[in-house]
Amino acid sequence: MSRMLDVMETDIAIIGGGLMGTAAALALRRQQRSVILLEQGWCGAQASGVNYGGVRRQGRPASQLPLTQRAHALWQQLPQIIGTDGEYRPCGHLKLARDAGDMQELLRYREMAASHGLELELLDASALRQRYPWIGQHAYGASLCAADGHANPRLVAAAFASAAERAGARLLQQSAVDACVFDGNFFLLQTRAGMRVRSRFLLNCSGAWGKEIAERFGESVPEQPIYPNMGVTEPLPPLMNLSLGVVGGGFYARQIERGNVVLGGGRGQGQLALDATRPRVASTFAALASLTEMVPALRHAMLIRSWSGVEGATPDQQPVLGPSATTPGLLHAFGFSGAGFQLAPAVGEVLAELVMHGASSTPIDAFSIRRFAPH
Amino acid sequence: MNDASLPQIVIIGAGPAGVRAAQTLVQAGLRPIVIDENSRAGGQIYRQPPPGFVRSPKTLYGFEAAKAEALHASFKQLLPQIDYRPDTLVWNCSPDQLDLLHAQRHTTQRYSHLILCTGALDRVMPFPGWTLPGVYTLGAAQVALKAQGCVLNGRVVVAGSGPLLYLLAYQYAKAGADIVAVLDTARVGDKWRGLPQLLRQPLTLAKGLYFMAWLRLKGIALLDSVQEIAAAGTEQVTSLRWLRHGKASEIACDAIATGFGLRSETQLADLAGCRFLFDQLNQQWLPERDAAGRSSVAGVYLAGDGNGIAGADAAELSGRVAALSLLEDLGLPADLSQRSQLQNALAANQQFRRGLETAFPTPVHWARQCTDALLICRCEEITAGQLRHSVAQDGSREINRLKALTRVGMGRCQGRICGAAAAEILAQASAQELPSVGRLRGQSPVKPIPVSAALAAEQSKGPA
Amino acid sequence: MSLLRRVAEQERPQLTFWLDGRQLRACAGDTVLTAVLSQAAQLRRSEFSGAPRAGFCLIGSCQDCWMRREDGTPLRACSTTVSAGMRLLSGNLPVQLEGEALP
Repeated sequence: MSRMLDVMETDIAIIGGGLMGTAAALALRRQQRSVILLEQGWCGAQASGVNYGGVRRQGRPASQLPLTQRAHALWQQLPQIIGTDGEYRPCGHLKLARDAGDMQELLRYREMAASHGLELELLDASALRQRYPWIGQHAYGASLCAADGHANPRLVAAAFASAAERAGARLLQQSAVDACVFDGNFFLLQTRAGMRVRSRFLLNCSGAWGKEIAERFGESVPEQPIYPNMGVTEPLPPLMNLSLGVVGGGFYARQIERGNVVLGGGRGQGQLALDATRPRVASTFAALASLTEMVPALRHAMLIRSWSGVEGATPDQQPVLGPSATTPGLLHAFGFSGAGFQLAPAVGEVLAELVMHGASSTPIDAFSIRRFAPH
Repeated sequence: MNDASLPQIVIIGAGPAGVRAAQTLVQAGLRPIVIDENSRAGGQIYRQPPPGFVRSPKTLYGFEAAKAEALHASFKQLLPQIDYRPDTLVWNCSPDQLDLLHAQRHTTQRYSHLILCTGALDRVMPFPGWTLPGVYTLGAAQVALKAQGCVLNGRVVVAGSGPLLYLLAYQYAKAGADIVAVLDTARVGDKWRGLPQLLRQPLTLAKGLYFMAWLRLKGIALLDSVQEIAAAGTEQVTSLRWLRHGKASEIACDAIATGFGLRSETQLADLAGCRFLFDQLNQQWLPERDAAGRSSVAGVYLAGDGNGIAGADAAELSGRVAALSLLEDLGLPADLSQRSQLQNALAANQQFRRGLETAFPTPVHWARQCTDALLICRCEEITAGQLRHSVAQDGSREINRLKALTRVGMGRCQGRICGAAAAEILAQASAQELPSVGRLRGQSPVKPIPVSAALAAEQSKGPA
Repeated sequence: MSLLRRVAEQERPQLTFWLDGRQLRACAGDTVLTAVLSQAAQLRRSEFSGAPRAGFCLIGSCQDCWMRREDGTPLRACSTTVSAGMRLLSGNLPVQLEGEALP
């Protein structure tokens, strides 16, 4: 026998309490719109919480540059936006080249980036070793984005959720959405526990589960779950003063203020479910080997923990961001393919703009869900 | 020839449970692998000193000498018939494979069946000054004496709860250490209440009473009902304060041996995918184990103190039970009536265990009274105040969430030492029952591994 | 004062090792922890507060007793046997990793 539960009315319902959802909730509250956010587990515990923590513009495709630049400006004001700095350090991102071919790639990228207002500095081997003596002999050169950096994803994700809540968004955790439909005017959502929500707008910010939500509205997205592979060392004396990557993405590493080096590379394994992923030893070892090739001093470190998590990826590694092709009032923001962390503050604002004005000042056509529609 | 379909049985741990499990399998004609993090078999209670040490078993193990000798003799006999891997750390467990570290090198070990005999360590309650040099667990103090012929230097206070307090004080005083006091948090009434069940093992009870009487005869102060211990000192311990019946006291000392019962080591069971339940008697999340020693995962068996504290005798019994169940599951002949007898003995032992817990109650809510300044996490130096602040600020209600936001349990020990206290504080601050806050999840590597081992492994793979 | 005192097994061959640049003696079969704490009162310093640490559980569980050799390699003091010529650091000298450390 089913209980008649009150329906919670709201302007905007958001499915997914990761960074995209909570950033959108915050931005919408700034516009005085009412927001209810439904998260199946704990806010920020999936991709938003387990990712590497790179706050990076360098390396993104041209289509993402306007969005990433908008996000970059917001990161500089993070304390004002969410009340904490989330350990954000714009200390620089250095992308290493292993050989002349890599260097060419960095050169081409720099040219493209410059035409979009992103300034990068190229360093040859001797400049590299002079400026960063901890980088070993195997580095052929590098590209530096001086104002890129890193932050603590667990803190930032949690802080966005708290900020959204303080701003008046209703965040319902442990509230998986069972059913969601559009009746022509309103979206109706029901959680597994029987809570019901009715809204004018629905934001699909459900990360690796974005495809499932989209499907309920007749939209098919070839999203696949991917499992990042991360590890961390014990605290070490200060060594790496910026976030490090390499052409081809074999590893990425950053040293936090407490001294631990956080590193990632390769893939973990698991299933599309909460708490169902684990790292792969082979991936961790390969990342360590690549990293220590470039940073020899880390040979003496110890690995104390490794982890994985769930992220949603699309075949073109671009997110699904923008209005639904089938349902008015439905907006998608998922499938960031492991590169969503830095973009999140801007994505939140873009979603708010789409709700308020039907359009965003930032170009997002390249991320339209229509690109997956059958022709 | 390596047939991947043949059973590959791995026993993790070479204490009483692991040794008896191995013995049972060998008797059935099998050749298990036995992985031991230590250099010599025996686990903790029957730990053997390095070769070349000269003290007799009587000196090393006291009343338990006969049992220790029997176990070591059994193992010696087993050695040619097992694949023994000492000095080997199991740091990761996947559904069909273990990751090992031996001599700074990484190897893998395939398995089809696992018997986890991972043992226990002291349950630790933090108190002011507990990270000072000179403060050690009761187990540590024992190992120093047993395995290295050393005692904690200077004036030693033994403080905490549980029968181990008196055993250690006795062993130490006999060996020439300067025990200045034994401080027990249990009240006199507790001991009387536990007596009926303790009488089920009269010999064990008698030993305990003997230790206490002996200590009193030596003029060593035995105090019960001790509360709020706090150590002082800057570079090392210089004194210990406490409250007793409302009155504050202090004693000058140079070392403190502390412990509040034992706590099972369960990280490998976690990585093996075992289902866990909160165990009220042990006040700890433990992998589910049925009476036959089976976990919730087919092919994974549990034995010994790694799955609930029951003592060395029970560990020997449960090691045999688990092995018999494994044989049964393999379709090999297994003496199931013997297994029933062993299970009966284990059930009786559980009654005694309950008596111990009544007589020596663990002050499980200890952490709730602590001040904000108290260090809860040794590795990361996280205070109780930081934990409480996170609950208030971030609304943390779950222990892994608390870990993500405050770093408690993120250090090298992965929460083995701080996890219990952190959970207590979280439960209290978020107004939940202890089981509701969940448990810290084990993550690979369960103990730190050198990056150099990863590099050696990558190199030995050769060119891609 | 040193944290451990020998009460037995004293008739063992001796060996020489180094601690913070000082030459010391230990007995064959000592763990690094025993070798150091039988004549000193710390194994390392906390990375965060700088407070001295000297191990805690002695059975390889608490991970409090990690030390470094002079060449930077780490070892767990309670579970590593001291060997002749070992060169150890107990935290009173700054730990350098190979390659230039940042100020």
